[in-house]
Amino acid sequence: MGVLTQAAPGKMKEKIGSTGGRPVLLTVISIIAVVSFVAAMAMSLFYAGTDVTQGHVQRIFYTHVSSFAGAFVVLGAAVIGGGMYLWKRDVKWDTFALAGIEVGFVLSLVNLFTGMVWARPIWNTWWTWDPRLTSAAIMVLTYAAYFMLRAGIENPDTRRRIASVYGMLAFSTVVVTFIIIRIRPDTIHPAVIGASPQNAEGGFELTSSMLATLSFAMVVWSVFVPWALMWWRIRLENVSERVNALRAKALED
Amino acid sequence: MALIEIEKLTKAFGFMPALRGVTLSVERGESVALLGANGSGKSTLLRILSGLSKPTNGLIRVGGWELPREASAVRAQIGMVGHKPLVYENLSARENLRFFGRLYGLDARATEQRAEALLEQVGLSKRANDLVRTYSRGMFQRLSIARALLHQPDILLFDEPHTGLDQNASALLDSLLLDARAEGRTILFATHELERAARVSTRLVILQRGSVAHDGPSAGLDGAAVGALFAQKA
Amino acid sequence: MMPARASFFSAAYAIFRKDGLAEFRSRELIGSMGLFALLAVLIFSFALELNRQARIESVSGVLWVTIVFASILGLNRSMAMERDQGNLDALLLAPISRSAVFAGKLAGNFVFTGVVGLLVALVVTVLFNIPLASGWMLLLLVMGVLGFTTIGTMLAAMTVQTRARETLLPIVMLPIAVPLLLASVRATSYVLNNAAQEIWLPWLAILAVLDIIFLVLGVVLFEFVVEE
Repeated sequence: MGVLTQAAPGKMKEKIGSTGGRPVLLTVISIIAVVSFVAAMAMSLFYAGTDVTQGHVQRIFYTHVSSFAGAFVVLGAAVIGGGMYLWKRDVKWDTFALAGIEVGFVLSLVNLFTGMVWARPIWNTWWTWDPRLTSAAIMVLTYAAYFMLRAGIENPDTRRRIASVYGMLAFSTVVVTFIIIRIRPDTIHPAVIGASPQNAEGGFELTSSMLATLSFAMVVWSVFVPWALMWWRIRLENVSERVNALRAKALED
Repeated sequence: MALIEIEKLTKAFGFMPALRGVTLSVERGESVALLGANGSGKSTLLRILSGLSKPTNGLIRVGGWELPREASAVRAQIGMVGHKPLVYENLSARENLRFFGRLYGLDARATEQRAEALLEQVGLSKRANDLVRTYSRGMFQRLSIARALLHQPDILLFDEPHTGLDQNASALLDSLLLDARAEGRTILFATHELERAARVSTRLVILQRGSVAHDGPSAGLDGAAVGALFAQKA
Repeated sequence: MMPARASFFSAAYAIFRKDGLAEFRSRELIGSMGLFALLAVLIFSFALELNRQARIESVSGVLWVTIVFASILGLNRSMAMERDQGNLDALLLAPISRSAVFAGKLAGNFVFTGVVGLLVALVVTVLFNIPLASGWMLLLLVMGVLGFTTIGTMLAAMTVQTRARETLLPIVMLPIAVPLLLASVRATSYVLNNAAQEIWLPWLAILAVLDIIFLVLGVVLFEFVVEE
């Protein structure tokens, strides 16, 4: 809730010239995010047991899976933001969607990068043209296209409208990435939830300490980290909007 | 009730205000010249009235219908000539009019007759079957006017219709504007040509940075008087 | 008095007819798309050095990638036609629903791309000696092209409003079209390999579902794309 009230544009016009203090909740959330992030890292490094077949490399999996979960959550939130913007035409919803997509983009990059680091020893290659990997890469490119689309439109209202529509369409690539290991039998990517495909390489059994670590990391990456990041990003956007408003005002006077 | 009622209309592009509280009411049969420097909001006002652009705030009623909620009903009564000709280059003039007749839900035979008469009126009869891409700028504009008049709209919106026209075409346009007025149509046209504004309109509205700076009858004013007024207000 | 109004279908049909007539005059779209598609197929066969076995495997990929690229060419041109003389405004000024504009533009794009798709299929049949002529292939072609042009019509209406215009359409369209491409290519290769029906029918079903989703999204969202 705090995320949204921060972005209220109706109040923005009155607030031009004032910066507005930082809400206590934001400070709290940010601290929780940092502390829990460190805790999740520590758990994956020291608490979770070492995998029998893969060894220490397997520990990257907690970050790899959770960062995708986080991306899924915030990119999904961006769909809601886009839809709400088209419905209400309130700038705060577009700002919300933009923040969601930027954070989701970074989380997807974390997901891709950790995946490559893991694949090097396990699959013996940094990259392979596996359906899952390909669709994950396409997903990242789709959101890169989202930024280009935004940058290419001068009129702010047009930009927000079109970006909202595209942000909603782009989520289809996230859905595809999520379900593709279930519909393409030729993938070698293991599935975490449900049965892995027959030819998956690098799957493993979760012990209870592994499961606990994964659950904690999932919460950290899909709740606290994106919450804090999106909130900061929304504040940044509001500041830059305020600068634009002041500039427009200054040009006028 | 006035045909067009605008109350406290504002339009902003992001933080850039284009219109800041325009209030204006236009009676049926009036011919209003909109004057103002570039960026004073003339085009924006016309685009909002045509339903192409949505207002940020304010109330607009056209013929009793409210914009933007009942835009579809409003659009049916409006004929607009914009900066661009809004016609298709790979069709002939006649085919263009036929197409727009269909879009406006006109009966095929009525469109045919009306198109014939309009092409005659704007002086395109001889070239009616040639592809529009072979036309000159002036002919484009003539066809554009015929397109705007095709569905016999109550209200005509012209956005700087004289730009780029030669003497002949300008004179023709003036006579069309006067004809349309005589037929009882309501006209709003944005222009930079002060002398012409004085001659063709019944009322002058000067916009200055998105607000109405002057609103009064144009009867008794000549080009020089409008020029003086413009220099003072715009 | 309530003025006469064109119904959804007569408005959409009028726009389709107008595009058809303009295309009949200039042959701009089918000409450029067709020529491009021919060249692409030839270049693919060079670059991939397609032999008989490789052909069967890669021909469906070549077919669909060529169709998608050609459709981007046509979609850009078709929207540019509406932009150059401000015609999109003319369509939006008319008392018709925005979804009728979408349906009309889509119908034109679908038919033109469909014709080019048939041409590509024919060329592939002749050049690679792979029989593409079957009822199922035709259905696949229709459904694939419908999906691509639906999503493309919508996205072209978006990119035409940007500074980069033509260059942006492939960038925003290709990733979104991936699920369609995947389903079309899979189904086509199974059909070409004479695989059992129950193997490829699910892909056809996925294709149908995607088509419906994109059509609904297009009709609902197009209004937001073109308004100002």
